[in-house]
Parts: sequence; C-alpha cells; structure tokens
Amino acid sequence: MLLTERERLRDELEKLVDSHGRQRSSLLFILQEVQRRHYYISEYSMQVIADLLDIHPVEVYSVVSFYSFLDETKQGQFVIRLCRTITCEMAGKDEIARQLENDLGIKFGETTPDGKFSLKWANCLGMCDQGPAMLVNEKVYTQVTPEMIHGILEDCRSKFGVHATALEMERQI
Amino acid sequence: MIAPTTKNKLTFSTIEPGSGLEAALTCGNAESLKIINTSGLRGRGGAGFPTSLKWELAAKQPDEEKFVVCNADEGEPGTFKDRVILADFADMVFEGMTIAAMVIGAQRGIVYLRAEYTYLRRHLEDVLDQRRKQGLLGKNVGGKKGFDFDIQINMGSGAYVCGEETALIESLEGQRGEPRNRPPFPIDTGYLDHPTIVNNVETFAWAVCIMAKGAKWFKKFGTEKSTGHKLFSVSGDCRRPGVYEYPLGITIAELLDKVGGQDAKAVQVGGAAGQCIPRSQFNRAIAYEDVPTGGSIIVFGPHRDMLKIAANFLEFFIDESCGQCTPCREGAPKLLEGVEMLQRGQCSMAYLKELCSLGETMQLASKCGLGQTAPNTFLSIVEHFRDEILGRTPEKSK
Ligand SMILES: Cc1cc2nc3c(=O)[nH]c(=O)nc-3n(C[C@H](O)[C@H](O)[C@H](O)COP(=O)(O)O)c2cc1C
Ligand code: SF4
Ligand code: FES
Repeated sequence: MLLTERERLRDELEKLVDSHGRQRSSLLFILQEVQRRHYYISEYSMQVIADLLDIHPVEVYSVVSFYSFLDETKQGQFVIRLCRTITCEMAGKDEIARQLENDLGIKFGETTPDGKFSLKWANCLGMCDQGPAMLVNEKVYTQVTPEMIHGILEDCRSKFGVHATALEMERQI
Repeated sequence: MIAPTTKNKLTFSTIEPGSGLEAALTCGNAESLKIINTSGLRGRGGAGFPTSLKWELAAKQPDEEKFVVCNADEGEPGTFKDRVILADFADMVFEGMTIAAMVIGAQRGIVYLRAEYTYLRRHLEDVLDQRRKQGLLGKNVGGKKGFDFDIQINMGSGAYVCGEETALIESLEGQRGEPRNRPPFPIDTGYLDHPTIVNNVETFAWAVCIMAKGAKWFKKFGTEKSTGHKLFSVSGDCRRPGVYEYPLGITIAELLDKVGGQDAKAVQVGGAAGQCIPRSQFNRAIAYEDVPTGGSIIVFGPHRDMLKIAANFLEFFIDESCGQCTPCREGAPKLLEGVEMLQRGQCSMAYLKELCSLGETMQLASKCGLGQTAPNTFLSIVEHFRDEILGRTPEKSK
C-alpha cells in the first residue's frame, strides 16, 4: 500500500471511530462499516482501530474472526450466500450450488478474479417456507431455481459499470 | 421477491395500534405487571421463561440505567415468524418494548437485528421515526411526565449463538458473541453491567395484545401452563408452508392437518435445537409442558433419509459453536463422524451407545443452550429410527 493510501485510510478510520465514540462497545459498529465500505477489514485497519480504541490489535482480530459477516480477506462487490440448512437442503440447494459454481467459475469460499462476486455458504436465512434461499449482499432471493442464476448474476453485473463506487452500488441495491 | 408467508389471520392484525400502551399508561406499572403475570405469558423465543417474572426482577433493581433488548436474531433453523412480525407489525414490537420500559424503568431500548435481515432495517428505522414524531418515543412518552425512552437498532454480524441472551449482550458490547456464565443474569448484570431484559420479538407483540384486550382474554386460549396463541413457522414436506397462528397445546397431528403434511414420517419441533418427533408420537401437544418450540416446525416426508437430517443439523452446530467449551466444540464433530459411519454402514452397536452417552454428556456439561441441545436430534433419531439407520449398505445412503 502506498503511504498516501495508508494515510487516507487512517484518516477515514479516525473519522469513523470518532463518529461512534472511542469506546470498546463501538467496535462492532466500526467493523461493520469498514466491511461495508472496503469489502473486508485489512490487518492495517485492525491495527489502526485498535490504536484508536486503545485496545490490543488481537482483540480486534478476535472479533473479526468470530463473525461470519466480517472478513479478513477482500470479498467481491457482491457476496452471494446460499443457505445450506435443512429445509433449503430438502428444497434442492445442491443444484443451486452447482449452477452458481458453474456460472461464476469459482468454488464456495472463493472470489472471482475481477473482484465482482464472492460465493459463500450461509446458515438458515429465515426463508425456509420459500427455499432454496440466498442472499446477494442485503437482497434476498427465494425459491431459486438453477435457471434463475444466470439472470441474477447478469442483473448484478449490469447494475454497475466498471466505474461504480461503493456508495452508488449501495443506493441501487 | 418474498412471497406472502402468513397463512391464517394473525391476532396482531386485529389490535388497535397504541391501545396496549395507552392501557399500560393508564393503569400504571404495578397493575401492568400484574396483568402480564395473570395472563401467564411465557417467552416466545423458545425457552418459555415467564415474562412477568423477568420484568419484575429487572423492575426491582435499584439502578438508574436499565435496558430493554429485543432479540431479533432469529437464527434457529426453520424459524421465520419474527421476520413476518418485524415486516408487518413493527409498531407492535416497539410498543411492547415501550410498555416493558415503563414497567422496569428503562431509558433505552435496543433491537438486535440479525445481519441476514438487513433488508428490514430501513423499514424499521422509518417506523421508529414515525413513533418519535407521534411522541411515542423520546421525552415524556405518550404524554407521561418523566417517561423518557428511545429505541435503537444494532446489527448482528452472522452468528447463531448471538441469539443466546448473554452472547447477544456480549455482541452489543462489541465483543465476540460468547455466552457468559450465569449467574449473574442479565436482569441485574446485563448490557454494560446494567439491568437488562432480553425478550423475543413475538413476546413483545403479545404483551401489547394482553394490555389491550386483557389477561382473561389471552388465557382463554392454550393450556393451563402454556397460555395463549403462538406463531408457528412451518416448512419442509407439506403443501402449505408458512406462518400460522394457533393456540398452544395443539397436537402435532392437528397442525399437520392444517398445513397439508399428513403423510409425514417425522416432525422437527423447535428447530435444530429441538426434538425430532416420530409419527408414533404425533398426538403429542406443542406446549411448554410437552414439546416446546420457539415456533419452528419442519416436516419430514416419508422419503427423507433421517441420517442426512442428523448430519445437516450437526454441521450447523459445528459451524455455529463458539468453541468456548469442550463438550460442544469436540462433541458435535464426533457425533457427525458417527453419523457418517452409520451412513457407510460401519457403526457397531457398542460404538453407537458410546456416541449416545457422549450426547448425554454434551446435554449436561455444555455451557450454553447451543451445546446442550446440539445432540438432541441425533439422540431422537437413534432412539426412533433404529431400523432405518442400522446395518446400511453404502448404496442406500447415496
Ligand atoms: C444458541 C441459542 C440461540 C438462541 N437464539 C434465539 C433467537 O434467535 N431469538 C430469540 O428470541 N431467542 C433465542 N434464544 C433464547 C434466548 O437466549 C432468550 O431465552 C430469549 O431471547 C428470551 O426471550 P423470551 O423469554 O421472550 O423468549 C437462543 C438461545 C440459545 C441458547
Ligand atoms: S455450548 Fe458451544 S456455543 Fe455454548 S458456550 Fe459452549 S462452545 Fe460456545
Ligand atoms: S433453511 Fe434455508 S432459509 Fe431456513
């Protein structure tokens, strides 16, 4: 990372931490926001946040590693989470999983080389009456069929050109 | 994108907005508590703790600062009724939290919303804003001098165990969601060490109904120990999955009739943490004193492989265990290994018995409800489906 980039990130994190208050109980808010903006929480970010909150970086890391919606490695702009719990399994989640892997060219736990999509498993999404269910970022898809996958991915791709910023994306979702 | 989920008329839709809070403000703290107590309302999140007792214990604490927390972490497999309540009756949930705040003397309310439900957040914030404009949140709530109360929404970050109330509080404090030792209980040492009540989304909504229509009305339904109606989230092999409202005490067979799942071979009541009830016991009642549930009902049709179900639930628990204590962290993978041996047809009766005693140890020795309930389904399947799971040939498990 360039020094200026680091400085910019540090500035950003300082503003963020101050907006929530420099206290331990702000940590999860801060991490959720960093994740949303940057698609992960880098080691450097963890160190800066620890500094600002006056706690050990390991404490920050231990929180990041605990929650499945917080990542230590950069995720795609679109994180796809397919439910693997019982009723979605009975409703045919395996076929959906296969089609997602085929259409994206990646396996679960991976991110496409263009940084657009990450593919993950999720546990029950609270849509069990309408499985198979999956989330694409915040948006929920229900009664998903293998044929629908292509369209869903195209929708994501077409929403934003190469120049779309995180904020523009957020508005469109 | 989300199809209509509610399958019969919910009582919540018949309650005049604001009538519960109005009644509470009129009759005061002690009387409100008495009404909730008389109604027999028990927690709708699963454990069934008497709601009035929790409120009373928190009310008695001398602390100036207290908290009302709404548990909207709804992570139990097969549960989705809180999603429906939050989407369609958010006002009632907030009204219930406000009544609770009045009774225990809290100034702040927090809704802990699971990350998977982020799409509900904007709607919830809008409803909160509306209530502030109407004077139902903020200073002198509902015109009552000195009753200041407001509600904020905190997001979870994807962890089932954070639905356990002490883990939830840890998470609110910005920590890993690891359950605490109890005692102390949240009612005296909760969020930031202040007295805190944690209740399920549905519990708050029923509290409003009870204040609006009276304890007697509520008690007319249900059984003596499980009063009132309950929302059920029904999924799996049935013709009409969705959210249903019925009185507690309804038998599994009756419920299956309503949802079109008469040919089921087993029903999972209470989610992954619940019990797997075989056909021979479908006359049992869904109630705290018989088969308890937070609302999750998963129907398994005649063609389902019980070992696959056991494996899926165990994978869930392995994934979601916080790893703090040994019986849960080490026990669940051992049980899963056992299920895989059974699937391959390579498990001796002696080893199966050992696994069952391991399961019983987990029930006793795990620190929180997650580890204590993780072996339940495995144990009920071993008990009720021996013929199906023993002596398999590898082909049968494909
Ligand atoms: C692993 C685990 C997960 C839980 N998840 C939830 C949940 O998602 N929602 C909920 O209301 N209660 C959940 N509970 C129960 C809570 O600990 C607590 O009993 C409940 O929120 C109390 O509210 P009630 O008395 O209104 O039911 C969970 C318990 C355990 C052990
Ligand atoms: S039982 Fe499991 S989830 Fe609960 S504290 Fe122990 S390891 Fe954590
Ligand atoms: S099991 Fe997939 S949404 Fe509940």
